[in-house]
Amino acid sequence: MKIESPAQLKKTAEEFRSRPTPPVKLLVSMGTCGIAAGTANVLKAVREEVTKRRLENALEVVEVGCMGLCYAEPTLMMVDQTTGRRLIYGDVTAQQVPAILSAGITEPAPGTRTIERNWYYPEFESAGPGELQARIVLRNTGRLNPESIDEYIMNDGYAALAKVLTTMKPQDVIDVISASGLRGRGGGGFPTGRKWQFAAQQPAGEKFIICNADEGDPGAFMDRAVLEGDPHAVLEAMTIGGYAIGAQTGVIYIRAEYPLAVKRLENAIAQAREYGFLGKNIMGSGFDFNIEIKFGAGAFVCGEETALIHSIEGKRGEPTVKPPFPAVEGLWKRPSVVNNVETYACIAAIIRKGAEWFRTLGTEGSPGTKVFALAGKVSKVGLAEVPMGMTLRQIIYDIGDGIKFGKQFKAVQTGGPSGGCITAKNLDLPIDYESLKAIGSMMGSGGMIVMDEDDCMVNIAKFFLEFTLDESCGKCTPCRIGNRRMYEMLEEITDGRGTLETIEKLKTLSATIKDTALCGLGQTAPNPVLSTLKNFEDEYLAHVKESRCPAGSCSKLIRYVISDKCVGCGLCLHRCPVNCITGERKMRHQIDAAKCIKCGVCYQTCKFHAVEKI
Amino acid sequence: MSDQCCCCSDCGAMPPELKRKFDELDRYIAELHPDDNPDRSRGFLIQILHRAQGLFGYLPEDVQKFVAARLKLSPAEVYGVISFYSYFTDKPVGRYKINVCTGTACFVKGASKVLDEFKRRLNIKEGETTEDGKFFLGALRCVGACSLAPVVMVNDKVYGNMTAEKVADILKECAE
Amino acid sequence: MNVNLKINDRPVTVEAGSTILEAAEKLDIKIPTLCHFKMDCFHMEHRSASCRICVVEVKGRPNLAPACSTPVMEGMEVKTNTLRAINARRTILDLLLSDHPKDCLTCPKNLNCQLQELAQEMGLHHLLFKGEQSTYNKDLSSNAIARDLDKCIMCRRCETACNSVQTVGVLSGVGRGFKAVVAPAGLRPLAETECVFCGQCVQACPVGALSEIDYKYPVWRALNDPGKTVVVQTAPAVRVAIGESFGLEPGSISTGKMVAALRMLGFDKVFDTDFAADLTIMEETTELIERVKNNRDLPILTSCCPGWVKFLEHQFPELIYMPSTAKSPQQMFGAITKSYYAQKIGVAPENIVVVSVMPCLAKKYEASREEFSRNGVRDVDIVISTRELADMIREAGIQFDQLDEETYDSPLGESTGAAVIFGATGGVLEAALRTAADWIAGEDLQEIDFKAVRGLEGIKEATVKVGGLELKAAVCSGLGNARKLLEKIKRGEANYHAIEIMACPGGCLNGGGQPYHHGDTTILEKRMEALYRADAGLPIRKSHQNPSIQKLYEEFLGEPGSHCAHTLLHTTYIDRKHPKK
Repeated sequence: MKIESPAQLKKTAEEFRSRPTPPVKLLVSMGTCGIAAGTANVLKAVREEVTKRRLENALEVVEVGCMGLCYAEPTLMMVDQTTGRRLIYGDVTAQQVPAILSAGITEPAPGTRTIERNWYYPEFESAGPGELQARIVLRNTGRLNPESIDEYIMNDGYAALAKVLTTMKPQDVIDVISASGLRGRGGGGFPTGRKWQFAAQQPAGEKFIICNADEGDPGAFMDRAVLEGDPHAVLEAMTIGGYAIGAQTGVIYIRAEYPLAVKRLENAIAQAREYGFLGKNIMGSGFDFNIEIKFGAGAFVCGEETALIHSIEGKRGEPTVKPPFPAVEGLWKRPSVVNNVETYACIAAIIRKGAEWFRTLGTEGSPGTKVFALAGKVSKVGLAEVPMGMTLRQIIYDIGDGIKFGKQFKAVQTGGPSGGCITAKNLDLPIDYESLKAIGSMMGSGGMIVMDEDDCMVNIAKFFLEFTLDESCGKCTPCRIGNRRMYEMLEEITDGRGTLETIEKLKTLSATIKDTALCGLGQTAPNPVLSTLKNFEDEYLAHVKESRCPAGSCSKLIRYVISDKCVGCGLCLHRCPVNCITGERKMRHQIDAAKCIKCGVCYQTCKFHAVEKI
Repeated sequence: MSDQCCCCSDCGAMPPELKRKFDELDRYIAELHPDDNPDRSRGFLIQILHRAQGLFGYLPEDVQKFVAARLKLSPAEVYGVISFYSYFTDKPVGRYKINVCTGTACFVKGASKVLDEFKRRLNIKEGETTEDGKFFLGALRCVGACSLAPVVMVNDKVYGNMTAEKVADILKECAE
Repeated sequence: MNVNLKINDRPVTVEAGSTILEAAEKLDIKIPTLCHFKMDCFHMEHRSASCRICVVEVKGRPNLAPACSTPVMEGMEVKTNTLRAINARRTILDLLLSDHPKDCLTCPKNLNCQLQELAQEMGLHHLLFKGEQSTYNKDLSSNAIARDLDKCIMCRRCETACNSVQTVGVLSGVGRGFKAVVAPAGLRPLAETECVFCGQCVQACPVGALSEIDYKYPVWRALNDPGKTVVVQTAPAVRVAIGESFGLEPGSISTGKMVAALRMLGFDKVFDTDFAADLTIMEETTELIERVKNNRDLPILTSCCPGWVKFLEHQFPELIYMPSTAKSPQQMFGAITKSYYAQKIGVAPENIVVVSVMPCLAKKYEASREEFSRNGVRDVDIVISTRELADMIREAGIQFDQLDEETYDSPLGESTGAAVIFGATGGVLEAALRTAADWIAGEDLQEIDFKAVRGLEGIKEATVKVGGLELKAAVCSGLGNARKLLEKIKRGEANYHAIEIMACPGGCLNGGGQPYHHGDTTILEKRMEALYRADAGLPIRKSHQNPSIQKLYEEFLGEPGSHCAHTLLHTTYIDRKHPKK
């Protein structure tokens, strides 16, 4: 089917909506995360059960993307199409499926776990009173079948594109995006409208719209969720962007590690071509636009836009100096706009509902919402989309349900390896681009890693630096050698070899790297060190002055011993991988410190808390 | 195979299985029409390397030279790219590719202990393959399954909530 | 359009698009650089902004700016020596040194190293950082270029020289992060690659990561072997550059002093490659005229340059019928010395050691090519570069600048002006044209300056009337330019009778074995000017009028192109793209 005009789109959408559907919908979360947790088995059981009970007309089974409830995967959601009532099941097993289907929509099935709080699924694109989340980016993710363009169309899909092509000039589009105050969701927060404006101002000719889907921030997976759950939203936005800046080609640069996202994107592109949302003379407007997919190959630095462009060109993903900016000289030396997935996912909603509406969410300087990937030592791991300006406490405690196992909150890292850690004293700070920067962190792509009392902050800083070290392209001196030296110094500290001078040198070097590295990756690499030094200097000092790791995490600085609580059960002896535990049955055991590799298995294994870390 | 093959001077002597792979790679490249726009043909490099690695399991020198010749690049440029991206390897890897996720969520939940245990049991370092060619051990960045942290991938299968103790089970499962 | 800015509070106006570094140069403010490399006369600039040594403070900019690649803006205020900038530069240098061996005393680039120079300028006497250093195996696989990657600072200048300028494409950035380094595909040793050993990478390398394979000691050994007659030949471009190593002005013609020094070093005979250059002209011009007359295998390409020849063999094997079959002057010299001259002095060829002093590193490789030996005796035994000769003179304690000028020995030391200009791009063609014109016209023509083929431009063309013939010729230096020209020929878009090709931009005067110019291309211009000055000052300026050459043909070779000449003075080429198994 080809949609020849906006009017036809409207008609088609209405037609789709009026199609008879079964009264109840069963959404099965088939994102990477869900599949890894075993959703495929659950889905198989559902399908078998539906066939067995001949429920085809009563129940519509829909495979959707990530619902954001990662902590409870596999998840199922049952929705009553008429009343809107829903039941969300978590940790579903194939065995529970018959019971769930029997229970229906009114009462949860016995012996199952339901997600009671209205954690998920607030009203579309708005945060109602008392609701913590608002879904713009994730408006369709986990709700619609990502492999069906019809479902997308039914839910206002491509309506924004139709509006743009029929009622707006390219400059109007840029004006709306500028007025909305939308800022790049991938890292720096550069105003999207301004980026588009620069590219639009370049002389007409070949231009490119690029989507950065090379999400590589460890612990951030919102882009994957959108690509797997709502691929058309990205395609629609890129086409709108193409119209605005005068580009004819869109390129999605995606991680090769995201096979499911690639599959769904390819499928979506094929559908969009078939319906005429991509290709020549889109909806009769005379505007031509096409999108192709390019693959990354495992290089975090390719998230930097110049490096990304080089990678698309088949080169080593090394960043180059700006200016020239990609908007002037980008892919194949042509003007190019690079935005990330989450940024694009906001575009269609802004066009449909207007800049003013967008600004009702979020803060003055950072309008709209932000998706955070909540992970680490938080009870409920998952994706949360919240209006900017929400506090960390709300996100971690109200949405994330606090710290796992009742431990003490220590810090949260935002901005991934480029960001910094935030301590309890800033838990009530409303967060947006500026406030995070002011406290030495950054928004980044939205990873939010919660740390508890067991985490050594020096070790955490070392972990992030190791990441940057691995991912540094090696082009400029401060990043190539400087980060290596920083890492070595942190290693000295965690090994108990550091001195006060080491800490001073760390500070000097951090300042220079920030000031001189070529690209964002290098410039922000010292952030985790600087922010832990600022907030947890006492931990650094404990390492260098007392050779002590306060969190009991640095293995070189701890020892495992067996206390008199030991009953001589022999479990630890049995489990020890290096056989360094000895002792007669029913007698107190001993650890040979010289042979111990400090793997901690005995500590975790002991049921009597007899193994102690000192 | 096209006459542009540069990797060896006698394709006739190539084992049929290898020749089939080269032929397939050749067809894949031909379908991209790299000669239509020679200035931009290198834009196909990374996807071709993905395809080649899928076919051959890794990117041996002959394959690199073949791809270089087809895209009119120097072998050094192709090698420069391969060695830049962690996804590509020019060494054969084990039948079971064990990758421990070392993303942040997995890290704070003890991925390094899991990795250490694999190293100890397999007696190899990260990025190496056991002598019998059976196991490759690697670390990879966030696979996006943070809720199951720490996570280990063996080929395409994901193992969640890993502990050092479960390492032996996984290895045993592979051995069966 | 102009842009006004201030550097260290001093106003300056520069063209829009200029960099801070260029604006500072205009004010004679020196900003230290390391990875930046520019050769104006070849339109080449390497501006990777990767070393970060040149960072300066720009008002309103949150971080420091690399001066080499930051464009100027109207009203910009730049400070080059604030404490912040100085601290950053020192830290960067400290970091570079923390991953660099501190064996300067024994480094081949000692006193020619830009990193060393920076450390000295910045007065860095105490290093703050230490840690793991990169370690690689030294690559001594070829007999021309040594690679010691422990010293690589990742400026990537060599990569630009090899890939962008020369289009040889042997080098690439490899790996990433701390392990990143510049290397050939598969980290293979150079000898196993398509490297043509032009040595432009060695010229570009600011540190000791790339240098020549050193043959000074074998020369000392030969000189001290009483059973050997050791003769030396010096290439045309050496005489106008070696003086630089002893503090003489660039462009000084040091022929006489060099001959004196060589004699003091103990060479039994001091001869001149220029003699063989004249011989090359005899053979090559004969071939040119023959091919033009028969309209066969045109254009004829010169074959003096071993880097260029190897490039052709790897990259354009389908054109290997094109170059003249004449050996290069170096190899002709060796062949004649070990036959004609050996006979003349009654010494067995195996007891003669031929040492070449060359501006070139590819000549080291050329001398080792299998085909350049007879009965197991190599035509040329040892090749040293201009730099190595300078080192030997210094080692021997010879006060080069104080020497009285001496002249070459006879007969292989006699040469003409046509030979000396071989050292500059265009010289070989001009020399050939001088002889061709005379031969075709059958008279001693007076108009012998073919100025159209002179100068450092990469590709030059000239149409020359010789006798009744309109000879279309081209001159090309730098292999990137050669590639362009050859592609054109392959597409049938270029129509020449003769083309001179030299691997190095500017020709031998800018060879990989010459004293380091570190991007100061005025030095190259002065060397070139000196070569033409030397030519103009010589009494005989046409190869065929060299009396020793005439005698050589009379006594030994017969005539140009004779069977004997072919056996000794001509060669064949190899298709290296499709090697036989």
